[in-house]
Amino acid sequence: MAQTRYPKTPRDEQPEAGVESAETKARGPFSRRQFLRGSAAAGAASAGLLSGILDDAAAQGEPGVAGPGAVDMAFKINGKAYVATLEPRVTLLDALRNHLDLTGAKKVCDRGTCGACTVLLNGDPVYACSVLAIEAQGAEVTTVEGIGSPADMHPIQQAFVDHDAQQCGFCTPGFVVASAALLNRHPNPDQDTVHRELGGNLCRCGTYAGIRAAVAQAAGGGTTNG
Amino acid sequence: MAEYVWPAAGDRLHIGKHISRLDGPVKATGRAKYAYDVNRRGMLWAIMVQCPHAHARITSIDTSAAEAMDGVVRVHVIQDVGTEIQWAHDEIVAVAATSEEVARDGAAAVKIEYEVLSHFVNERAVDEAPDAQPAQAETTGDPAAAMASAPTKSSGAYHVAQIAHCSLESHGQVAEWQDEETVTLWASTQAISGVASQLGEQIGIPASNVHVETQYMGGGFGSKFSVDRWGVVCAQLAKDTGRPVKLMLDRDQEVSVAGARPSTHAEVSTAADADGNVVAWDSKSWGSGGPAGANSPPLPYVFSFDNQTHMHTSVPTNTGPARAWRAPRHPQACLVTMRALEDLAHAAGMDPLDFFLKNIEKTGERASTYVEELEKGAELMGWRDRWRPRGSGTGTVRSGLGLALHTWGGRGHRSNCEVLAYRDGLVEARIGSQDLGTGTRTIIALVLAETFGVAVEQVKVTMGRSVLPASGASGGSTTVGGVSGATRRAALNAVDAVFERIAPRLGTEMANLELRNGQLHFKDGSMAAMPWRQAAALIGVNPVSATGANPGPGQLNDSGVGGIQMADVSVDMETGVVSINRMVAVQDCGLILDMKLAESQVYGSLIMGVTYALTEERVFDPHTGQMLNAEMEFYKLAGIEDVGEMIVHMMTGPGYDERGVIGLGEPPVIAPGAAIANAATNATGVPINEMPMTPERVLAAINGGMA
Repeated sequence: MAQTRYPKTPRDEQPEAGVESAETKARGPFSRRQFLRGSAAAGAASAGLLSGILDDAAAQGEPGVAGPGAVDMAFKINGKAYVATLEPRVTLLDALRNHLDLTGAKKVCDRGTCGACTVLLNGDPVYACSVLAIEAQGAEVTTVEGIGSPADMHPIQQAFVDHDAQQCGFCTPGFVVASAALLNRHPNPDQDTVHRELGGNLCRCGTYAGIRAAVAQAAGGGTTNG
Repeated sequence: MAEYVWPAAGDRLHIGKHISRLDGPVKATGRAKYAYDVNRRGMLWAIMVQCPHAHARITSIDTSAAEAMDGVVRVHVIQDVGTEIQWAHDEIVAVAATSEEVARDGAAAVKIEYEVLSHFVNERAVDEAPDAQPAQAETTGDPAAAMASAPTKSSGAYHVAQIAHCSLESHGQVAEWQDEETVTLWASTQAISGVASQLGEQIGIPASNVHVETQYMGGGFGSKFSVDRWGVVCAQLAKDTGRPVKLMLDRDQEVSVAGARPSTHAEVSTAADADGNVVAWDSKSWGSGGPAGANSPPLPYVFSFDNQTHMHTSVPTNTGPARAWRAPRHPQACLVTMRALEDLAHAAGMDPLDFFLKNIEKTGERASTYVEELEKGAELMGWRDRWRPRGSGTGTVRSGLGLALHTWGGRGHRSNCEVLAYRDGLVEARIGSQDLGTGTRTIIALVLAETFGVAVEQVKVTMGRSVLPASGASGGSTTVGGVSGATRRAALNAVDAVFERIAPRLGTEMANLELRNGQLHFKDGSMAAMPWRQAAALIGVNPVSATGANPGPGQLNDSGVGGIQMADVSVDMETGVVSINRMVAVQDCGLILDMKLAESQVYGSLIMGVTYALTEERVFDPHTGQMLNAEMEFYKLAGIEDVGEMIVHMMTGPGYDERGVIGLGEPPVIAPGAAIANAATNATGVPINEMPMTPERVLAAINGGMA
């Protein structure tokens, strides 16, 4: 398996220990401040990600550019290791769908509006269309396929079936992943919390009544529909 | 011979129960493979170059830079030099490449020059339209005279904007040729059989050599009946390159060219007598859904008056063309009619519930259904206790109630079905229909299981392939009647065929056998009942096969439903924001096969109605002709927090069940906008006459036209 070369951009100053690769452990994890320092030193790149790559690559004495050609990447998705050779511009969503044949996450708006591509990155819901694959290395990625299978559904998936919280089903994987994350954070959410936490996902067929009921069932809080 | 009827209420095993959709688990776990999800070995990606102008002539196309790119395999000119383009985002060139990224690079490298021509995109200003097409007025009685002598009159102008289908799975497909003469198309379509014929004709092979496969599809709402130019281009690219090709529309293409519901603008005058009976209707409407303009909405809607006249003007525009949107023309007609009648009720000093009931006979043969539904809706909404005259509210946030009626046909389409019974007890239906997410697969399974008297899990449905027995396109609420009729008849015939096969082996007569609750029964009691599986073993190695069709013998489906909806909304008088407190839908649709799926259709319709009522609109810049909001961050859909509480009541039992099955996809999506607009009018005290009811428009109405 290829070594993780480009750790994902940490959302916080303190990355979770569990996601550190051997390399980041040896060199110390990046912080946003380090990225910014790296950027200033490089004097050219403006994006935090690119500056991080430059910083990282420079520290290893390699040419300071990743891409534009394809580079080797390694991922941990649903507990399994995956490798792929991808251009650095490839999004996590396109990597999953086009290169790894994990098509549960859907491509709908492709710009962080509809939530159909929602996956978990270290347990937190993110729009996979708005994360570069190269950033997702070193993180635990969980897609809807990793939440449960038809033979062994997660309680939220069973609840989606029970309350018919899906019609065409194209938004459903995103809602299932977002709902699972919601219940992890708020085991007994009130309606305002449900609305806030699922407000980043859109459905066209109109399954919100079923989704409300499904979340209530999975939370053990009742089964009202509407 | 079988009697082609639905089982009586007391004998139903599955019909009318709350049965979960059978493909729920594969969808909820992300395993369902949509056209967009199909990845084939060696597959190429295709991206289309679009015209940036609303009206232009192509003067040059240079594909050399794209063709020279590493990874670009084929560049296909869709519309060549000299072609006049009639709307922005129309497809000019397609580029197929080894990855999606390279295909995008290739598309960006194509150089196309245009002679820009004058355009018209703002049909509301009908007087400025270069090519308005007025039709003859249709008149009954003498509306002018009735209007002149009536004591109560009302008039208003009502406006419904163009909206988009915005299916979450964009239009598109994967094409792969098996040999020179045979192609498989994994398509996101509402019409597998029709698409096979269309592609065969356009690409010059027999329709039987086109295999269309659609197991799951991510929304169509009326926009996915055709193979479309991109389907033909995709198949052509696959043929030219000898490789599978995936071509799916990008979101901006989806919203701008792959589906529009026409606008409707209308000026209406109405009159009532001293008792509140409507005596006259006069409407002039106009609207557009692109270069072909727009057909007239059915005005007045639901009601027919003794004295009425209507005149419509179709207004062509340089915008992406209209496609059928659920219940074509009805939601617009409903908004115009129900708002106008609510205004007349106000002028007459009447509660609109009383006013509609007073005039209910003018709805025709569904009048008694509407009365029952209005009474049930009033009970669920608490209308009698809560309704106040228009503008009674005080304070910043004011609430109000509104109601609307709708109607639709929904008779079952033409459909065929083959049913096979195997000796291991499995029973299979084969049918060339498609499940858009309405639950068609589940309906077929439950009808088959009902007829054989077995559990739904004991039957198999094979569908979504154009090589199966032909079934109609899924549109106009025709599918449930079509597939259930064909499946019921085929299954009844199959039961007879099974009896014919096994009766001699049991030493009895066909007529002595009966399948009930998973058991084979002997009517004369000569043998103890045996489990279906044991009986099926007598079928032998060759399965029993029987077919059925719709239409066919026996009344298994019907046409024509009513339905009423009520809205309770709040309006912020300072911001113009309309928010939904509660929606009530009361709906009939004949015999309901799966109550859970039926209720889902109505919930979904209410939600789709809320979103077109409040936020959805295709916004065009009159200067550039471009659609300004062809992305989902600007083409707004309601979220889970926006839709309020919903109460759904299905009319069932005597008076409804014996009609047979009637479609449900269209009816409940018609009235939400009208009910919400009437409620917002009731709340604010000023006519709220435009959809979507954006804060800007509501504030303008509150401020007497000044936003």
